[in-house]
Amino acid sequence: MKLPSLRDVATEARLLLIGIPVFLWTMIPIYHMFLFAISPKEDAFSGKLWPDHPTLHNFEIVFKQQHYFLRDFYVQFWNSTLIAAAVGALTLFIATAAAFSISRLKVPGGRMVLNLALFTYFIPAAFLAVPMYRTMGNYGLLNNHWALILAMVTIASPYAIWVLKQASDKLPVELDEAAVMDGATTLQIFRLVYLPLMMPSLVAIGTYAVLLAWNEYLYAFLLLSNDQEITLPVALGNFLAADDSPWELLMTTGFIYALPPAAVYYAFRRYMVGGLTAGAVKS
Amino acid sequence: MAITLSGDQSIPASPLSPRLTPAQAWGIALLAPYLLVFLAFVVYPVCYGLWLARAPSNYVALYNDPIFARAAVNTLIFLVIGINIKMLIALFLSGFFAVQRTWIKWLSVIFILPWAVPSIPTILSVRFMLNPEWGMINHLIFSLTGDDGPNWLNDPTVALTMAIGVHIWKSLPFWTLILITGRLAIAQDLFEAAEVDGASWWQKFRFITWPSMQTLYITCTLLSMIWTLGDFNSVYLLTGGGPADLTHVLSTLGIRYLRLDQLSLAMASIVCAMPFVLPLVYFMMKRLSR
Repeated sequence: MKLPSLRDVATEARLLLIGIPVFLWTMIPIYHMFLFAISPKEDAFSGKLWPDHPTLHNFEIVFKQQHYFLRDFYVQFWNSTLIAAAVGALTLFIATAAAFSISRLKVPGGRMVLNLALFTYFIPAAFLAVPMYRTMGNYGLLNNHWALILAMVTIASPYAIWVLKQASDKLPVELDEAAVMDGATTLQIFRLVYLPLMMPSLVAIGTYAVLLAWNEYLYAFLLLSNDQEITLPVALGNFLAADDSPWELLMTTGFIYALPPAAVYYAFRRYMVGGLTAGAVKS
Repeated sequence: MAITLSGDQSIPASPLSPRLTPAQAWGIALLAPYLLVFLAFVVYPVCYGLWLARAPSNYVALYNDPIFARAAVNTLIFLVIGINIKMLIALFLSGFFAVQRTWIKWLSVIFILPWAVPSIPTILSVRFMLNPEWGMINHLIFSLTGDDGPNWLNDPTVALTMAIGVHIWKSLPFWTLILITGRLAIAQDLFEAAEVDGASWWQKFRFITWPSMQTLYITCTLLSMIWTLGDFNSVYLLTGGGPADLTHVLSTLGIRYLRLDQLSLAMASIVCAMPFVLPLVYFMMKRLSR
């Protein structure tokens, strides 16, 4: 084995000088959350970097709903799941149909719809929240899961249409032509030719919409308020209402809540990175 | 003009013809769901909101509200200082992550976490870390120096800086990722040639990396500005706009007025941001739909 030269060692040291702070910067808030989750209350508040008596007791309290703030934990977890799944499915349906229509059928006015969608994509979400809150009230949807589902679909669709349109444009037109020659109807082309070819992009967009809805806080807290209807992030926000917030339970619940998106993200990472970079900025 | 399935000229149809081809009919039907969503949840709310904010008295009230002026200044600080720091770090780190090492590859997998996990538990985690009595940071300061650390979220300047830090923590991975793709698109033989000529790292950056990434970098910065305007979580979850409503930005201010049942003021505060947002949006749309 060749000994590393002095220059190699210096390069490696310089890289570590960047890598170590980057690692610490990334992990400290996440580690701090995990630390609280495995600490008994006394240890959590003592500022130790590792608890004297690590325990899973906090998880037990959360899973057995043994605290006032956790009464509806399972209901709220279910609400989050249901809403994320509905947003994923609806966004996929709406965006795939629109992208197919604009890119493959070249429907008149398609270009304009795409521009409208792009415009919506660029409206800062917190700005749209104000009028949308009032509108949901006018529609009589406040405190109804549909309010949050439709709001999130509105926010997720523009980006979804944009990415799927870009991906559609890359499919060769000859495929459609061949299918038409064989006497396929438009719907058959959509189902048998288009959808299978678009699968990787559909996975990326579905994941994107599900994560967006699962992680959403602002719209969820504006549109839902009843303990039985709220999603997990809103429930977490409500923990802060008390003067004596049970922070170790808040962090434990937060940790449980953060696991599914992290897992989903890593499972579909390959699709996500390709889809996102294609859509966010055309380089 | 022939509107056909695939650019094939064999199925002629005039756009003025009262009869649509089946493909066109399907095209309209498939576009309809999005149009409905757009009309019901974008057009109607925006028009309704503008109508609510139409009275000039709203703008006078905003002008006289010191919290609004403060929020506008905070938003500018966020955009001008926060985003430039974030994008410069992202540009720097994109170079670091482009280095071929196994451990850097693993680090890049971990580095994505802040962006992949939800805001609320992580930002609340930071909030507790900054707690003057119980937080980890002041415990650390006390054990190192024997002095009490600062009350991080009690001074508006420090609290706003922390909120910018949280924003950077959350969104840095995304922009780094985008800039890495930009960097990897640069032809490697340019660097090899420069290496042979004995160019320093700065010369390589100045004459190869920056010229090829400049457009991407500027686009990213502008897009990041638009999205940062909509970033409610970093400020709201960390400071709640406090102390004394001095750390609000326009996005949390709008929600604050909304919570106080002053919807027209909430809308008016957003309308005030439009002269700034719309040129950005216009530029981004032009750039993306070329």
